[in-house]
Amino acid sequence: MSRTSPARSERSAERLTDLEVAHLRADFPILDQKVHGKPLAYLDNANTTQKPLAVIDAESRFYASDYAGVHRAVYELAERATRAYENGRNAVRRLLNAPDAHEVILLRGTTEAINLVASSFSRACVGAGDEILITAMEHHSNLVPWQMACEAHGARLVVAPIDDRGELILDELESRIGPRTRLVAVAHVSNSLGTVNPVSEIVEMAHAQRVPVLVDGAQGAPHMPVDVQALGCDFYAFSGHKLYGPSGIGALWGRRELLEAMPPWQGGGAMIENVTFEKTTYAGIPARFEAGTPNIAGAVGLAAAIDYVQAIGLERIAAHEQHLLAYATALLGEIPGLRIIGTASEKAGVLSFVLDGVHAHDIATILDREGVAVRAGHHCAQPVMERFGVAATVRASFGVYNTREEIDVLASGLRTVIEVFG
Amino acid sequence: MSSDLRELYQTVILDHYKKPRNFGPLAGATCVAEGRNPLCGDHIKVYARVAGDTVEAVGFEGSGCAISTASASLMTQIAKGKSRAEIDAIGARFHDLVTGGAQANPDALAALGKLEVLAGVREFPARVKCATLVWHALRAALDGRGGAVSTETDE
Repeated sequence: MSRTSPARSERSAERLTDLEVAHLRADFPILDQKVHGKPLAYLDNANTTQKPLAVIDAESRFYASDYAGVHRAVYELAERATRAYENGRNAVRRLLNAPDAHEVILLRGTTEAINLVASSFSRACVGAGDEILITAMEHHSNLVPWQMACEAHGARLVVAPIDDRGELILDELESRIGPRTRLVAVAHVSNSLGTVNPVSEIVEMAHAQRVPVLVDGAQGAPHMPVDVQALGCDFYAFSGHKLYGPSGIGALWGRRELLEAMPPWQGGGAMIENVTFEKTTYAGIPARFEAGTPNIAGAVGLAAAIDYVQAIGLERIAAHEQHLLAYATALLGEIPGLRIIGTASEKAGVLSFVLDGVHAHDIATILDREGVAVRAGHHCAQPVMERFGVAATVRASFGVYNTREEIDVLASGLRTVIEVFG
Repeated sequence: MSSDLRELYQTVILDHYKKPRNFGPLAGATCVAEGRNPLCGDHIKVYARVAGDTVEAVGFEGSGCAISTASASLMTQIAKGKSRAEIDAIGARFHDLVTGGAQANPDALAALGKLEVLAGVREFPARVKCATLVWHALRAALDGRGGAVSTETDE
């Protein structure tokens, strides 16, 4: 399979040394603690990530010295706050290599970004009998908004299947793009399986039929270099809290011509050009999609998080997480009765698994007593669980601060589980 | 292994998990209800055969963790032959047991019989709903609310 996504190039980057990881762990105060008397091994990074002091301090400094409302007042504080907020937008532009910061909408996170497109794009472009194409591995946040949009406009939700390894079947996806397809919405990386999708190829297939592509980058942007111009996609959404930034801030990048053709989403302050009781005209992008006072300090924290990961280098973070994934896959593969769910050839640092005769919840409870934080459940991807014939999986997911030693603790915790359940 | 884990996963619970009693559709069931935990995807179905005021038999099926499966299995045993009022009383005491509310009341605990093996759940607040889901479902079945109950909408 030919791949043009930047996921490939990261392989050549050098991974972080153990010493570098040890040093950067010290940037994350929360990691230095015991739970149930055991050192915390935080392996739930696909859910959310912990915050470095750089992020915590940036927000706190901003509140202590520069906080005011943005985009409205002429006084000094307001100008400083506006600059700091717009610096967040610029950081996102840089992170995604977007051509223009005006194309970056700051929102609560990936869920809000996808809901914005599902609501606003669909109002402009989706009608009765049209189709939206998603894939069988989508998180509920890239599924339910499209279901709602289809219901509202009399359109049909079409689903491209995945194979037993958790890879998209590209021929099947391509055959589902037709004259009624209005948009393709696909995860960059599957949150439940770890599969890295060949986004560039999917974009080529869709663009050949003049269909735009939205990429759910919630599990992509934090774990590999992302270049929306190289990917060729039309929308890219991600969340700050999965990228070592604050919760409640994230972004949507969209092509200018698409965003400009989309009607406003929420009405309110800041998104208008002129208001009378008879008629309101709307501001241009990005203000049109940012009604109300935004998460100003969140944008400041997000900029600090982006600076933090870029200083380490996303290529190196990706190489580190690949190293951990390979180590964990080999180690857990030796445990009798353990089955890994999601064995795609291109994976990010997500390891989902089930253990014969033991429910995921019981595994997570026992691991918690060993200090290991993992997620157990359906990971907001119930159709994926159904596809693999399991009710739930345990998911260990890695971040920049994780170590091989933490994976050793995970593996020995799993042996305790087997001991308990005999 | 820590002592609270050993308390949670004691032999009786593991036995009921591995060999659940009264598992499968109940012959001659007069009412049925489903219970779901949307947080983990667990899904159980509870059947009951009621004659007059007496619950003659209870059965269940579905997939769940050790706690929810053992709780269901034990419930089917203790509910058999009881009146609705008795089942309500046991259900309320059981709720106290797993949330820690019954600690001060040993008499109430004594009435729970074998259900007492689930007392360890109180040390694991995230698992309380696993233990109580099936009781909500039985209550829904007996009340004729035949649909689905959820851990996130029912108390």
